[in-house]
Amino acid sequence: MNLPGGDEVTVTLAHYLVVSGLVFGIGTTIALSKRNAIAVLMGIELMLNAVNLTLLAFSRFSSAFPAGEEPLSGHAFVVFVLTVAAAEAAIALAMAVLLYRRRETVDLDRVNLMRW
Amino acid sequence: MDSTGIVIGFWVLSAITVVSSLLVLVARNLMHALAFLVLAFLGMAGLFITLSADFVAVAQVLIYAGSISVLMVFAVMLTPLASRDNGNSLYVLPGVVAGLGIASLVAFVAVDTEWAERTGAALAESDFASTVGEVGRLLLGRYVLAFEVASVLLLIGLLGAIVLVQERRRAATQSPDEAADTGARDGGAL
Amino acid sequence: MSEQPLQAPIRRPATPMLRQIEDRPGLKEMALGVPFGLKVIGAIMGLGALVLMAAVGYLVVDGRLDGQWYDVRDLGHAVAGLRDWLDGEGVDHRLTWLITGALGGLAIMSIVGGWLLIGSWVERRVIAKFQIRMGPNRTGLFGLLQPIADAVKLMTKEIIIPRGADRFLYYIPPVLVFVPAMLGWAPIPWAPNMAYMDINVGVLYVVAISSIGVLAIFLAGWSSNNHYSLLGAMRTVAMMISYEIPISLALLSVVLLTQSMQLSEIVAFQGHYHVWMIAIIPFAAFAFLFASTAEINRSPNDIGEAESEIVAGFYTEYSGMKAGLFMAVELAHAILVGALMATFFLGGYTLFGLEEWVPGYLILAAKIGAVYFLFVWLRGTLPRFRLDQLMGFAWKFLIPLGIIQAFIVAIEASVFVRVDAPAFITLGAFAVVNLASTVVMVRFWADRLGYAPAQHATKPELTNALGGLKAAQRLRS
Repeated sequence: MNLPGGDEVTVTLAHYLVVSGLVFGIGTTIALSKRNAIAVLMGIELMLNAVNLTLLAFSRFSSAFPAGEEPLSGHAFVVFVLTVAAAEAAIALAMAVLLYRRRETVDLDRVNLMRW
Repeated sequence: MDSTGIVIGFWVLSAITVVSSLLVLVARNLMHALAFLVLAFLGMAGLFITLSADFVAVAQVLIYAGSISVLMVFAVMLTPLASRDNGNSLYVLPGVVAGLGIASLVAFVAVDTEWAERTGAALAESDFASTVGEVGRLLLGRYVLAFEVASVLLLIGLLGAIVLVQERRRAATQSPDEAADTGARDGGAL
Repeated sequence: MSEQPLQAPIRRPATPMLRQIEDRPGLKEMALGVPFGLKVIGAIMGLGALVLMAAVGYLVVDGRLDGQWYDVRDLGHAVAGLRDWLDGEGVDHRLTWLITGALGGLAIMSIVGGWLLIGSWVERRVIAKFQIRMGPNRTGLFGLLQPIADAVKLMTKEIIIPRGADRFLYYIPPVLVFVPAMLGWAPIPWAPNMAYMDINVGVLYVVAISSIGVLAIFLAGWSSNNHYSLLGAMRTVAMMISYEIPISLALLSVVLLTQSMQLSEIVAFQGHYHVWMIAIIPFAAFAFLFASTAEINRSPNDIGEAESEIVAGFYTEYSGMKAGLFMAVELAHAILVGALMATFFLGGYTLFGLEEWVPGYLILAAKIGAVYFLFVWLRGTLPRFRLDQLMGFAWKFLIPLGIIQAFIVAIEASVFVRVDAPAFITLGAFAVVNLASTVVMVRFWADRLGYAPAQHATKPELTNALGGLKAAQRLRS
């Protein structure tokens, strides 16, 4: 694609990595700063998504693989990440529900069972 | 050189993804945050498509937008008396600092490094080729052990979730009112 | 008590509206009252249209309109021709893709929209016939204008937003719920080379798209701030995520056997071997059909909007055209499932060689209509299931048997690839094996679950006591 000025515009690996880094940073902020357990889980899912984007971007752009030797390994990794994310979400949300049953809250600030 | 559609698609989709992630952070209401989260997942699936990863993109929509967000919705529903606001805890400043630090670090490394990247014709030949068969071959070939472990993990997750939220059955000797009462109060081992 | 003078009651309609209805001329008077000139003009116009259509059809079939026109039997090649022509004219290929894409989207939307109008009329008339009623017959000929009248009525109604509703989330669902109903049409092949988006993960795409609808329904129920809405949404979401698994298992069987996730390949497989998938894997077809009715919230599985239990379910608080959109999307989903069912299990646009003579899209449309009629039939016949019955049916019946079926089909698929026998022998053997295994599985599992079918069909007691059946027979004779 060429801009009207004649500069060529293209999307490179760095573009995807920057987007991935931004989403990962936002996810980190959410996971660290939210009070609600479910919101924290949202942040973690965003972080996993950013990692998936990185894996796929490397899988497409990287020439580190010798030709013909499974360039789609990144895709397989992403499938595993998706699997783990699904299992993790199920368990974490079950724990949130359980926490609510015991304490009638899902605020992580008020979960201080372990403190003296 | 990429086609116009890919370039436009990349910028639009990454804008959607990043902005809706930010809105997840700043939304006041938990359900609003969830809606923006789904939007972020969908934008991410679109980005996967621009990377010509069709199978993974569809799996992303299926698993994240379709299942995990519904699970979260269920968790919100099953905690009716908990607050619905998306408030911040005491650690908001360290969180923002850590997030900014990670984002800027990754961005710096990504821009600064000379990646050994494929461009031009080498990239174009992998555009929109089907990945399903190849990914399937990898999953059941080279990574078959990891695949099986992942399936076992899913099974354990399924059973674990059931066991965790299962209400303890002591209702046989109690009156229905009592049973409902205790069942609601301490429904399982924490 | 003084005796009131007995008056003959004056038969007078109570309200002006009722008077208007009574004074309205019937259909026959309306037809007879048309001036003679208008009739002549109408007849001439109709005849002229017929002649024109016949002439065009003759010219096309005869091949005299080649070059400018394309065969009506093959719209896919017509679109390809349009694309080639645009490219030949030196148009930028991005613009070409944009134009053809917009045309395709417009076509899908108009198909769905047109079917919504016809379908709601068909549904109401057919249900009325099932229930020995008349159905809508006042607006237009045979009540054909009833859908339009309904739409106008819904659009002119006041829109009420409940106090305490979540304003932001309340507006999204009526639109969002239509998104999967439209996007789901993209990979469906209407004829050879005639699909909007023939992606190679078509089956997965369909499943993924349908899972987005869950969120719309959930947001609708949550943002309304109403207990009925929330109950309906919870029921629907629980049911939809349960029934996604049987659908996936059923489609897994199809994918295993056809060795492709591309919908056009699946249809081509069925066309090549002249066999419908429903004959080879009947259990998968049944599971898909039943689970789809749950997935799209349609009777007999419409517990999410069970009006005898929870008012209108998740769209209780929606009024005007917002509620109308929720009602319309049920229909749009029904025909979408009809198209998917036809594509996966009923041979798609192929019909044992007839597709050489009849346009493929007409065959597909006929199959969609047949499945849609089946849905209407189910709605007119079956009572609504209870929530626990539905969930139990999914988790205890469809999923275990679906897994066993998928295992059997996987073995068959590997046999099909390796054995070098004529296809009709292997596929016939698979059909027999699958039918037998289905019968055995269903019978054995139903026995295990304690749902043995009654050996001797008996009339329900109430029917016997009231003589309902006898009365019906007497009336009929």
